[in-house]
Amino acid sequence: MKNLWLIFLAGGALTFLTRFSFIYFLQNRRISPTQERLLRLLPVAALSAMIAPQLFYTAQGFNPLGVRVLAGLAATLTAWRTRSVLWTLAVGMAILWLSAAFTAFQW
Amino acid sequence: MTETPLTRFWQGVRDELPILIGVIPFGAIYGLLAVSAGLAPAEAQGMSAIVFAGASQFVLVQMLQNAAPPFLLVLTVFIINLRHALYSAAVAPYLRGLSLRWKILLSYLLTDEAFVVGMAGYQRNGLTQAGHWYLLGAGLALWSSWQLSTAAGIFLGAQIPAAWGLDFTLPLTFIALAVPSIRARSTLAAALTASFVALLLHSLPYGLGTLLAILAGLAGGAIFLQDTPA
Repeated sequence: MKNLWLIFLAGGALTFLTRFSFIYFLQNRRISPTQERLLRLLPVAALSAMIAPQLFYTAQGFNPLGVRVLAGLAATLTAWRTRSVLWTLAVGMAILWLSAAFTAFQW
Repeated sequence: MTETPLTRFWQGVRDELPILIGVIPFGAIYGLLAVSAGLAPAEAQGMSAIVFAGASQFVLVQMLQNAAPPFLLVLTVFIINLRHALYSAAVAPYLRGLSLRWKILLSYLLTDEAFVVGMAGYQRNGLTQAGHWYLLGAGLALWSSWQLSTAAGIFLGAQIPAAWGLDFTLPLTFIALAVPSIRARSTLAAALTASFVALLLHSLPYGLGTLLAILAGLAGGAIFLQDTPA
């Protein structure tokens, strides 16, 4: 894909300009407390928008009772208690694999 | 203690090390997912070098699978990385006297993890002659481990069969990143609104639902804005 590199360059340039903004162009400007609070909400909003569909939608469509929803809930609980990326991955993947193994066994 | 550029630089590297324990698996998972999503190894590595912003790289991989149009991809990356403006504003007073070349270099290296360590250094030591070398050390330590762990993930990704369901590590990684930052009503409201709207708008083409869900999450969180931890 040739325009993939253009996407990287454009996305990278905008990311760089964001980081460069106050260091260079806006040296004497400050961020207002309201703007700061909104910016602090961004990561959580962006991540949540990505997480939910990957748990609830499978190749077969909307499935609110699937194993991915269960694994996602367990991972959420793990992340909340441990704050560890590795434990969260371990618990979520363990549930996914156990469920797959169990289904294969029954079959 | 005498301050030389070199001692400051190595202090920055050393103080960044504990954070790398979390970053290295994250970079490896990115590399692995990028190649499982069909990116060529050079493209996966190139994104790490050019965009160089963890969360947005994961989102980009995800959206590339949905064949989103380029302008939407770029816009989403931009919005996700807008928070870096905060870091830029916070370190700007300390970098005021530096040359343009330093400002460009340190801006490129200004990731979440380099900022946290670098800013703590400035707050501890104040503005000193070689203080920017500390930020450079922290930034370069993070940069090199991100590039190397990406490469390791790309290599691993080529060996692991799709049946292992490793694509599921993507939402799990997002969960591990998002959940610890939910510490107030505003962040909780942002998370719930964004999740709900993302499910509702899932059938919109090109991952447009994702972008709208992010904006809805901001609006939802803004209701409790006074409750956001500063």
